[in-house]
Amino acid sequence: NHKTIQLAHGAGGLLSMNLINEVFLPYFSNESLNRLDDFALLYSDNKKLAFTTDSYVVDPIFFPGGDIGELAIYGTVNDLSMSGGVPLWISVSFIIEEGFPIDDLKIIAQSMKRASDRSNVRIVTGDTKVVPRGACDKIFINTSGIAKVSQKYSISGYNIKAGDQIILSGTIADHGMAVMTSRNNLSFESEICSDLSPLNDLVQCILNICPEVHAFRDPTRGGIGVTLNEFARQSQVGIVIRDNKIPIHENVRGACEVLGIDPYFVANEGKLIAVVPNMYSEKVLDAMRDHPLGKDSAIIGEVVSNHPSTVVITTLLGVKQILDIPAGDQLPRIC
Amino acid sequence: MKYIDEFRNPIHAINILKQIDAIWTKPHMIMEICGGQTHTIMKYGIDQLLAGKVELIHGPGCPVCVTPIESIDNALYIASLPDVIFTSFGDMLRVPGSHNDLLNLRSQGADIRIVYSPLESLQIARKNPDKQVVFFAIGFETTAPGNAMTIFQAKKEGLSNYSVLVSHVLVPPALQYILSAPSNRVQGILAAGHVCTINGWKEYETITQKYHVPIVPTGFEPIDILDGIYKVIKQLESGDSYIDNQYLRSVHKEGNIHAQEIVHQVFDVCDQKWRGLGVIPASGMKIRQEYSDFDAELRFEYKDISSYESSECISSLILQGLKKPSMCAVFAKECTPSHPLGAPMVSGEGVCSAYYKYQRIVGSEKIEVMCDQ
Amino acid sequence: MCLAVPGKVIDIFKENGLSMGRVDYSGTIAKVCLEYVPEIQIGQYAIVHAGFAITILNEELAEYTLSTWEQYDKLKDKQSPDILS
Repeated sequence: NHKTIQLAHGAGGLLSMNLINEVFLPYFSNESLNRLDDFALLYSDNKKLAFTTDSYVVDPIFFPGGDIGELAIYGTVNDLSMSGGVPLWISVSFIIEEGFPIDDLKIIAQSMKRASDRSNVRIVTGDTKVVPRGACDKIFINTSGIAKVSQKYSISGYNIKAGDQIILSGTIADHGMAVMTSRNNLSFESEICSDLSPLNDLVQCILNICPEVHAFRDPTRGGIGVTLNEFARQSQVGIVIRDNKIPIHENVRGACEVLGIDPYFVANEGKLIAVVPNMYSEKVLDAMRDHPLGKDSAIIGEVVSNHPSTVVITTLLGVKQILDIPAGDQLPRIC
Repeated sequence: MKYIDEFRNPIHAINILKQIDAIWTKPHMIMEICGGQTHTIMKYGIDQLLAGKVELIHGPGCPVCVTPIESIDNALYIASLPDVIFTSFGDMLRVPGSHNDLLNLRSQGADIRIVYSPLESLQIARKNPDKQVVFFAIGFETTAPGNAMTIFQAKKEGLSNYSVLVSHVLVPPALQYILSAPSNRVQGILAAGHVCTINGWKEYETITQKYHVPIVPTGFEPIDILDGIYKVIKQLESGDSYIDNQYLRSVHKEGNIHAQEIVHQVFDVCDQKWRGLGVIPASGMKIRQEYSDFDAELRFEYKDISSYESSECISSLILQGLKKPSMCAVFAKECTPSHPLGAPMVSGEGVCSAYYKYQRIVGSEKIEVMCDQ
Repeated sequence: MCLAVPGKVIDIFKENGLSMGRVDYSGTIAKVCLEYVPEIQIGQYAIVHAGFAITILNEELAEYTLSTWEQYDKLKDKQSPDILS
């Protein structure tokens, strides 16, 4: 119903889904794409590969805990890791605004190199375009990546079964609130740090002790609220989570309270949600807590068969409420 | 978080529900005035905890919902002018005007910025002397002192490129409007805790005597709300009607004198149109003559734009608590948060969006509430 | 209508002639105008709305409210709605 592209179309919520379903799927529709997982699974002479792409337009480009370069590498490494695969190769393409300082570009390139070393992937191809001043906001980066996936895993948002447990690998809303409070530097000086980090090693640790994982997803744009709703719709199951089980840092909660933001829909850049069969959940939880990126892991809820494609949250007072997808990004509010 | 978590402790909820059980004899209709209270009620499911005992009627206390469409259209007109930086609280960006909203206008190139504090607009004005910086000053008594301070400060600093588009509203006149309506069903009131923090609660004494309704200034945490409801029920069961302050840690009788002083210096009370309720006498505030240089309505001669509102939207009935969103034909169909027909569906605190977000009935199958799990 | 959150005042200073403060919300620090609470001291809690402190949180009365609720617990419970699983 919108005639022009809105910011909300890029926020990972309802409008983003409508854009995909109404504009892109009718033209691009094919069996690999239609699954709309974080990655496409591709098969060529009995090899299984995962392939993904993402663009990064964060503002500000340098934020507490990272920068747009690191974000561009880890974002694609994490999407690929959600297939259970081992990320191998990455392409990088830059769109840079005329007048962008080359010293800043060097800092970004160095942090991309560090990030690719840390996730042991190689940047194998790239491209650079420059646009006139004002045609883009400083710098945009797109990265695509390929991972090798073992045949024995079938990890997908369509694979979730009633009875499965939902495990979150740590505190929510760190990245989104780090960016939001650093962008509003007039009234805020917070030391909220982005959780930006590569999840490939954590994923392999989980799969080593539980290859039967049903689904993985890194809850980036739209936070855990959107990811859980995506899972519920893809597998046509109900999901029930408990408000008092969701880990969150105190300073992040403080920022959310002051700005009237619901942390469930705020971006994370170093967290994953694992959906595992009930009998393996304690074993997986222990393994995750032993890993440096999973020390705050928690079982936050379970999959049920009633109210399919709806996520319900049990509030602090024990009442169950629907947790629905917002239209677009949340805006700070005063009332 | 100190002075927050203690007021969300479920143990207190159990104890207060026990108190309510001990004295409750018949169903009661209680209105919570403030959109922030509505948000807490819906987010924690307090209405479901009290189902059958108390019907909570959601009042007009959401400035986004009651700001008249003419103000939105005027804001859109000013924000579209060249060399204008239009600043506003985030809440106002999605509110539908007659033909557009501020967020959509921004995507068409207008310089519209979100501020957390009105003082940030002043800072932007200082930094952009060649631009006209306009602040959209909406809100109730709680927000008025902050908005007034920017006008007071702009005059002191001679910031000639700063102006304010005012759409301020006051609770007591609206409350009288609702209580005096023949169809009124409200028996007791949870008054807005932060409005009373500024203006105190002496203005409500005449109302409680005139309409024989208990009025309880109440906080915004879930246990505050339960405690406020308990205090109203205590009075309703014993036939009393007086003011009983629940929000002791923030509200006292005279309110904040310093804040009131600056508001009286910068603003005058005036008749005000409320979206959905019509004009309510002496229920708004406008900039006084002495500060008229900073009145955006005067600075940008206001072209009379014919304002149009969706006829299907029953927000006037909803804002008076006469209808629930679920009784509206277009609720969660043509009217959704991503495509709002009326303002109560836009603001996070608007009762329709709170209903949509927290309690939308899924098709025919209502999610049955399992309190005891 | 008015989202206002209590935070601890950790610093008081002047800016453009206005009394301002830094308020700590368990780690997130916001700059807040203190013109409407001239008598506030560092270490006290302000209730802040849209960047303005609208009152000093009365800590004794906060404790009083909580203790009232705790006494309800002593009430012989006729029938306790089990909302805590």
